[in-house]
Amino acid sequence: MTAPLLDLRGVTALYGSSQALFGVDLTVEAGQVTALMGRNGMGKTTTIRTICRLLPNRAGEVFLDGHELSGLPPHRVARMGVGLVPEGRRCFAPLTVRENLTAAARPGAWGLDRVVGLFPRLGERMAQRAGTLSGGEQQMLAIGRALMTNPRLLILDEATEGLAPTVRAEIWQAIGTLKRESGLGILLVDKSLRELSAVADSAVILDKGRSVWAGRIEELSPDLAASWLGV
Amino acid sequence: MRRERIVNAALAVLLLGFPLWAYWAGEPFLITLATRAAILALAGVGLNLALGTGGLVSLGHAAFFGAGGYAMGVLAWHAQMYAPMNIAGFEIAGTKSMPVIWLVAVLTGALLASLIGALSLRSSGVYFIMLTLAFGQMAYYFAISWPAYGGEDGLSIYVRNGFPGLNTLDPIQFFLLAYAVLMAVIWFMARLQVSPFGLALAAARQSPARVQAVGIGVFRLRLVAFVISGAITALAGAMFADLNRFISPTMLNWHTSGELIVIVVLGGVARLYGPVAGAILLVTLEHVLGGFSDFWQIWLGLGLLAVVLFARGGLVGALAGRAVAHD
Repeated sequence: MTAPLLDLRGVTALYGSSQALFGVDLTVEAGQVTALMGRNGMGKTTTIRTICRLLPNRAGEVFLDGHELSGLPPHRVARMGVGLVPEGRRCFAPLTVRENLTAAARPGAWGLDRVVGLFPRLGERMAQRAGTLSGGEQQMLAIGRALMTNPRLLILDEATEGLAPTVRAEIWQAIGTLKRESGLGILLVDKSLRELSAVADSAVILDKGRSVWAGRIEELSPDLAASWLGV
Repeated sequence: MRRERIVNAALAVLLLGFPLWAYWAGEPFLITLATRAAILALAGVGLNLALGTGGLVSLGHAAFFGAGGYAMGVLAWHAQMYAPMNIAGFEIAGTKSMPVIWLVAVLTGALLASLIGALSLRSSGVYFIMLTLAFGQMAYYFAISWPAYGGEDGLSIYVRNGFPGLNTLDPIQFFLLAYAVLMAVIWFMARLQVSPFGLALAAARQSPARVQAVGIGVFRLRLVAFVISGAITALAGAMFADLNRFISPTMLNWHTSGELIVIVVLGGVARLYGPVAGAILLVTLEHVLGGFSDFWQIWLGLGLLAVVLFARGGLVGALAGRAVAHD
């Protein structure tokens, strides 16, 4: 049996002296999409920051393809194949679209052409500064930038938050394309249960910094969703 | 961007055209002033990589400028005295060859910058400024207490070093050499700024965490930039010492670091030709205002205040408008 692409075991983490994670277990398989769910403030973004080593875990273990990530600096984790699309898009505003993509580029299957193939709008905006793009275009750029690092695991934190419905549909379509065609493992955080259900294979629910439910997404009953997610 | 290119071209033509006119008019002193501007611009271009593109406010760049100066002074002094250096039991002859001196200056600057950078870049903000200042002042006091090479009095080099095929004692030929080096380094900087390295450096100025999240080690990125910056500043230091045929600890003093920052800020931080504009302006003010009053720095200070308050992009920004410098 092969190891999962991403495997978190009993991860705890602190912001200063405040404990934010109390024991998170989570796995993501290669080629599959895992949804990380929970109400606001339950530890989803903290879990992502811990995976990327932007926040050190105090206890527990984080494995990528069987390799322990604890103790590594954030850039080494990214080089091992973890691509992050952070919450709030956060492109490099003074740089152009092309420069944002080029700055992050590493050798592999993903290059400018393939990113533009996924998001044709970026192709029309190559010379435009990232700070002047619309919110949707910035989100596409943030995803494209993460793909340019040629990751094995793509993490999307609230990728469709605050976007117009038509743009959200484009982003969900792109995530579906990535799932079908790229073979990447994807960890998704989003509030839209309907869209998550359409694209995710499995889900993990966090409550007060703990993983309280994990399973196939189709096994997530309305009662469970109402209980843990308030939907 | 097009406007900035026109401004850049105008600055390059101005810096070249003025000494050519002075040569035609028989004014060698003005050629020397232009050479001084070109060399200070070169030092500013070096600092601008760290300060402008990388956002690293270094108050220790005088250490690299002075290290380049002393590399020239030590090698030339041993050559003019026909006395070889004794380093760890090995006898090494001095030299009057500019290309060899430049190479040694660049390597000395790079080595010093890698040491200072490796220790200073572990901090940020005001702590980084204070650490670079402290290292710079250490180099200054070391030079003062180094009697073998003049100590506080400095060292005179009687004849300017030579460059193959040129008479470097001829002011216009030495200016053209300095100008060619400046243009070559600016061309290199233009390429560097649009390379993935330069883009990542600019991005790290905005958000180091985001740059790390895409797999780029910020410490190493900044250290490489700091080393390149130090090496270029040291090259300028070697040329500056050759221009004056004199080295002294003053080259290593924090006032020199401040002057280099003033050049970059006056001309335009992170603008490719900002240091050229800043150096031309500084040398002009120094010459023109210095003729009226010994306290000409007061007017320079007011000018600097005006730039900081009303023209954040410096002279190039005021002429070319707001734009990124890496295009």
